Amino acid sequence: MAIAHAGASDAPKAPEKKSKKFAYLLLAPGLLWLLIFFAFPLINLAETSTKTPAPTFETGEFVQTFRFMNFLEAFLDNQEQFYRSFFYALLATLLALAIAYPLAYAMAFRAGAWKNFLLILVIAPFFTSFLLRTLAWKQILGAEGPVVSALQTVGLMAPEGTITATAFSVIMGLTYNFLPFMTLPIYASLDRIDYRLLEASGDLYANGATTFRKVTLPLSMPGVVAGTLLTFIPASGDYINAQLLGNPDNYMIGNVINSRFFRVVDYPTAASLSFLLMASILVIVVIYIRRAGTDELV
Amino acid sequence: MSEPKKVQGDLVLSHVTKSFADFTAVDDLSLTIPQGSFFALLGPSGCGKTTTLRMIAGLEEPTSGKISIGDTDITFTKPYDRPVNTVFQSYALFPHLTIFENVAFGLRRRGIKDVDEAVEKVLGLVELSHLKNRKPGQLSGGQQQRIALARAVVNRPALLLLDEPLGALDLKLRRQMQIELKWIQTEVGITFVHVTHDQEEAMTMADTVAVMNNGKIEQLGSPVDLYENPKTVFVANFLGQSNFIDGVVESTDGSTVIANIHGTRITFPKSRNNASGSALKIGIRPEKFRLHDPGDNTHGNVLNGGKITDISFTGVSTQYLVEMPWKQELVVFEQNDGGAPDLEKGDPVTLSWEPQFTFALDGSSK
Repeated sequence: MAIAHAGASDAPKAPEKKSKKFAYLLLAPGLLWLLIFFAFPLINLAETSTKTPAPTFETGEFVQTFRFMNFLEAFLDNQEQFYRSFFYALLATLLALAIAYPLAYAMAFRAGAWKNFLLILVIAPFFTSFLLRTLAWKQILGAEGPVVSALQTVGLMAPEGTITATAFSVIMGLTYNFLPFMTLPIYASLDRIDYRLLEASGDLYANGATTFRKVTLPLSMPGVVAGTLLTFIPASGDYINAQLLGNPDNYMIGNVINSRFFRVVDYPTAASLSFLLMASILVIVVIYIRRAGTDELV
Repeated sequence: MSEPKKVQGDLVLSHVTKSFADFTAVDDLSLTIPQGSFFALLGPSGCGKTTTLRMIAGLEEPTSGKISIGDTDITFTKPYDRPVNTVFQSYALFPHLTIFENVAFGLRRRGIKDVDEAVEKVLGLVELSHLKNRKPGQLSGGQQQRIALARAVVNRPALLLLDEPLGALDLKLRRQMQIELKWIQTEVGITFVHVTHDQEEAMTMADTVAVMNNGKIEQLGSPVDLYENPKTVFVANFLGQSNFIDGVVESTDGSTVIANIHGTRITFPKSRNNASGSALKIGIRPEKFRLHDPGDNTHGNVLNGGKITDISFTGVSTQYLVEMPWKQELVVFEQNDGGAPDLEKGDPVTLSWEPQFTFALDGSSK
């Protein structure tokens, strides 16, 4: 009897303990992965960022001197690329939003049986590599490509004009490449909206446009916020589009970091720039989320 | 932003039909709902009651027919242009807005600037003023239900539609809300059209009940009318339980019909004969029967030779199954007030009932 009683009182506790252990077990692979492939490199990068060239002036040799001026110098030397990165990323984000929102809306509310087909079309670009798709655009928009020759034939473009190697093509490339990241979260949040809420809005004297403004749009804001972040953050750090579709005048901060690391072999500056990029994105994102008030939008 | 015209009057549906691809949900329905009444559309799921409601709300367009309020034809008026508000089955409260803003939604859409007084007043009516800054997700089902009602009532529509508004509440809360809804309707004086499959709910609240089946109205009347004098077997069985015994009209004597059921002669008032021919289905509600020991004094109509086959105690009453000589089992409810004899399974019994509680339907009706 006593044993049975003890067993009974222990019983409710046991599953709780077990489920907690189980939760850690589920977290473990992810945490381990982050530790090895994110935390360690980040520490390494932090360490590199305050180093100075070794007294021997041998290429690739640096010593730790805790020189925090590296950050200021890195910023001052590359201000232009910093601003350009955020400007291009912002334009690409706005363009992607303008294209993705109507698309997601149509998919969620109007597509009917075509919904899944459209969804596959949105995801389809992921079947080929990012680099390959951008290279394809370089071909399409290039001087020998169909777009330029067509425009030149109808006289809309000067014979010596180009589309590649311009800010336009870089922003277009960024927009194109990150469009699915904008579309999918917006689609997900629109698709989740209970259709009866829209009926209720109509019932309460709101016409189509007002219903969109007062009900649909606010309820889709979590998707818009997620989509803009998923577009803006990778776009500001991107260098492939500027490298393949732009010219050095369109280079973004990613291009500078790339060349500092691999061409100039100036690890401390590259590391400082990486940190500055991360920090500024973090600041922008925090301000943005505060302003968008995502906690108000649950 | 459009201010609906001040529309008043009875709601009239004339020859309204709604067909979907291969099925007619509402079939040539004509109905007048008087201004200020509490009207219930009652029926099983799929009978067309919700489709009817959605057509009145403007969420569906009729395939043919006309819907009007007073002199105003609203058949094809957009939902946001008609003086009709709906309390949705799922409540459909806006999750991103506070309770206050949910209630103010309709007023603001009509361009009313000062909404505070009206909103506070209606929140007071449903006794939830203290929750006005919460979000719908933080409210219980019963509270959400009241907010859905407040959000509709605050607009003072000519017509308020309620789509199974109490369906998601538990029994106790449902009873309480039934009384409250009825009280609020009396308070605000708006025409309420209430759709439900719960006969008790319809009978408790509505002045007039229309029983729907297969897209048509089977019978329309006051709850007492429908219960005491159902015109079809469907209505008799949908509202409460009924016993049906086959019988034949023998003669009519003034205002009394004399009929024969399995060799026994019974009578009932002519006004309760809904049959056109002489073959009858004679209906008697289980609670109208009285049980007697054979040989006891009885009055009214009497059926001898019954035998108790089952007894179940249900609290306020006891339910007996009585097998008659023609092998039909009749259901009898007896109040547990000491009036009925002590009976056990297998005991012989005599049944009696007052003639005025009989209702007769066509022998062929189903």
